[in-house]
Amino acid sequence: MVTYDHYLEEPGNLEVEYFSTFGTQRGGNDFNSYWMEFEYGAKAWWTTELYLDGQSTFGDSTIFTGFRWENRIRPLQLEHFINPVLYVEYEQINEADKIVKEVEGHDVESDHAVPNGVARHDLDHELEFKLLLSRNFKGWNVAVNPLATKNLLPSDPWEFGYAIGASRPLALKASPKQCNFCPENFIAGIEMYGGLGDTQSFGLHETSHYVAPAMAWNLPSGLTLRLSPGFGLNDNSHRLLLRWGVSREFAGFGDVIGRLFGGHQ
Amino acid sequence: MKPANSLHRFCLTLLAIFGFVAIAFYAALAHDRGQAADAHDHLHHLHSALFAKVPENARMRPNPLQDDPDAVAAGRKLFADHCSECHGRSAEGGKKAPNLRADEVQDATPGALFWIVSNGVVRKGMPVWSKLPEPERWQIVTYLKSLKSADDAARNKVGQQSGASGSNR
Repeated sequence: MVTYDHYLEEPGNLEVEYFSTFGTQRGGNDFNSYWMEFEYGAKAWWTTELYLDGQSTFGDSTIFTGFRWENRIRPLQLEHFINPVLYVEYEQINEADKIVKEVEGHDVESDHAVPNGVARHDLDHELEFKLLLSRNFKGWNVAVNPLATKNLLPSDPWEFGYAIGASRPLALKASPKQCNFCPENFIAGIEMYGGLGDTQSFGLHETSHYVAPAMAWNLPSGLTLRLSPGFGLNDNSHRLLLRWGVSREFAGFGDVIGRLFGGHQ
Repeated sequence: MKPANSLHRFCLTLLAIFGFVAIAFYAALAHDRGQAADAHDHLHHLHSALFAKVPENARMRPNPLQDDPDAVAAGRKLFADHCSECHGRSAEGGKKAPNLRADEVQDATPGALFWIVSNGVVRKGMPVWSKLPEPERWQIVTYLKSLKSADDAARNKVGQQSGASGSNR
C-alpha cells in the first residue's frame, strides 16, 4: 500500500486505480481522502504515474488537493540479490492533502487538524526521491524504501522518511483452474512507515509512525482489491488509517494508442 | 484561494496531465515500432543472443515440477494471464514478442527458460517475472515445454492422415 517493491508496470499496460483512506483525527474532524492513479508502463524499465488527490473532512468540505507525477526507473537489467529502483516524484499539492501516501520529516497528526479553508491556501511544490530496494526470498517479498523530499522553496529543509514491508501470496503454486477464491489470488503482508525528521533535526523526535497489515485480492477478471488498516505507533500518529482501493489493468493500452496515431500495424 | 492562484494551479494540473499523456503516447509509438521490427527481422539472432546470456548453473537447473500432473494446466492458465498478450494465445508469437514454439525455444533447457522468465529481457520490452512465485514460473516453463510434444503429436497425426489417404488412392 505504501511500500513499493521493485516490480514495474508491464510495458504498454495502463492501470487505473481508485484509492481511499479513512483517518481518525484527534483535535479535529475525521476525514476520508482519496486519489485516482493512472499507472502506465512506458518501458519494461520505466513506469510513469499520475495521481489526482482529493479529500473530504467530515463537517468541513470536500476539496481537490493537487496532483503528483511519479516515475520509477529500473537501472539494472537482471535480477540481483537486492534489486534497486529509482523513484522520482513531483508533487503540486496543498497542505489540506491527507492521503498520507508516505510519511516524511515531522509530519504529525495535528497537521491534519487545520480546517480545509485555511490549509488549502498553503501550496507545496515538492520533489520526492526514493530508493526502492526489494528482494524475493522463499515466496516472500521484502522491500525497504528510504525517502528524501525537498520543497522547492529554497528555505525549506530536506525531509526524510522510510517504509519497510513484507508480503507473500497465500499459495505459491497456481491451481489449474480459473477461480476467484484460490489462495494464490490473495497476497498478505505487513508494512511499517514513518518520518525521520529533516536536515535541521534528523531523528525520531516529533515524528509519526504506523504499522499496517495489508491484503490484496487479484481477481481473474483483472480487478485487484486492496485493504489495509494502519495503526499509529505513537502519540503523533493518527490512531487509525483505514485504506482500501480497487484497480483495473488495461493490457495493450499502448498498442491501441499506437494504432490510433499511426503506429506499425 | 486567490483567483490567480487557482488559475495557476489549474494550468499546472492540466500541464501535468498532458505531459503524462504525451509520454504515454511517445512510449507507445516507440514501443510499437521498435518491437515489431525486432520480432520480425531478428528473431533468430535474438533467440541465440538471449540463450547465450543464460549462466551455465541456471541452464542446468532441473524443473522440480516436471512430473507434477497439474503443472501444464496451471502453466497454461498463467501463460494466458501474463504472457499471451505479447506471445500470442498459443505462444505462436506476435508483433511484440517471439514465437515460443520455435525450435530454439523448445530445444532450450527448462533451466534456461526459467532464467529468462525470471529475469525478463528488460531492454527489449519483456518485464521481469520474478514477481510470480518460483513454483508458478516453473509451471509456465512446464507448459512451454509441453508445446513441443503437442506440436509433434499434431504433426504425426497429420502425417498419418495424409499417409492413410495416400494409400487409399
